[in-house]
Amino acid sequence: MAVVQSVLDLIGNTPLVEVSALSPNPEVRILIKLEGQNPGGSVKDRIALSMIEAAEKESRLDSGSVLLEPSSGNTGIGMALVARVKGYQLKVVLPANVSVERRHLLEVWGAEIIESPGSEGSNGAVRLAERVAAEHPEWVFLYQYANHANPRAHYEGTGPEIWRDCPEVTHFVAGLGTSGTLLGVGRYLKERRPGVEVWAVEPPAGEMVDGLRNLDEGYIPPIFSDLGGAELLDRKTVVGPRPSIEWTRRLAEVGILAGISSGAAMAGAAKCAQSIESGVIVVVSADGGWKYLSTGAWTDDIDVVAERARRTIYF
Amino acid sequence: MSVEVRLPTLLRGHAEGRSTVSFPGSTVGEVLDALVTAYPGLAGQVLTDDGSLHRFVNVYLNDDDVRYLDRLDTKVNDGDTVSILPAVAGG
Repeated sequence: MAVVQSVLDLIGNTPLVEVSALSPNPEVRILIKLEGQNPGGSVKDRIALSMIEAAEKESRLDSGSVLLEPSSGNTGIGMALVARVKGYQLKVVLPANVSVERRHLLEVWGAEIIESPGSEGSNGAVRLAERVAAEHPEWVFLYQYANHANPRAHYEGTGPEIWRDCPEVTHFVAGLGTSGTLLGVGRYLKERRPGVEVWAVEPPAGEMVDGLRNLDEGYIPPIFSDLGGAELLDRKTVVGPRPSIEWTRRLAEVGILAGISSGAAMAGAAKCAQSIESGVIVVVSADGGWKYLSTGAWTDDIDVVAERARRTIYF
Repeated sequence: MSVEVRLPTLLRGHAEGRSTVSFPGSTVGEVLDALVTAYPGLAGQVLTDDGSLHRFVNVYLNDDDVRYLDRLDTKVNDGDTVSILPAVAGG
């Protein structure tokens, strides 16, 4: 590999790894794209760079500008990395119930954490960030859920990489958070081959959002509505904590240390594989497993870990 | 035909505090109609006035969001579970 001038040049171009040994259907190949290989450790490095560089092009940022962002962790970490390298300050509105490593990584790159109630999940972080943004109009609110540079990072990066590395893809499976990955990659792949199916995987919004007072506190990312997400997705399926952990462990058995949401995405890919006769599934591993060692995901009793995951945000 | 309906914490107050209830029906829409007939307080929460799904509500048949199946016309079978959950974000 050639010498690069900045760690930011290492964002993207992640590897696609054959994990068909884990496919429940011998006629269906499964390939997993390891976004944990990005320098900040997750797929969110892509949108962090894309959103910040879009704001630079629009002249919204000066040296020392303060960025504000609601995040369950990974976007905040990616933005903290990019902001540190480029000389901006960052404040992240972070739900209280995320893994301790997510918090530590934000601190490593100098982000300030504004805590939001864990019982309101990411929805609560979004609401609090909107309030803080209104109180501080001088801060730059890039807002991943409404920023078109988020799906564009995947339309221009992740999608073309998948098409280059695996033009035989028939199904694309990824976790649903902001919907940026699904919108960008899904649209890119469908433009190349309209028959490609796009499957979204979600965690169950059960106890994690007990703090929401009514359904009007539900949240649909503006980019999902703006860009026709409901028409783009072919399927949306929930994967609970226990199968998420089980599949995270199966990935480790083939040598892949991936985060818990990757286990959920793999469970979704396995379900997809069982529902079709033959095909090639590309599934996204949003991050590596390093940030979840403290959760005991690979080492503790699975019932205990699944119960713990029920109260933790890992998407 | 009877289907179990799981309610999120924030809707249980409209259903005598219950987390699960059972209703008959051959489609998701019929089951939800039976639900809001039994618990009228849920009517405006789950379905809009014109009978479609509330924007911020996701309804799952077993594990699948019915918006990507046949919406309210999605067929249900004995022993299926319908879950009603608020739409949430991640990231």
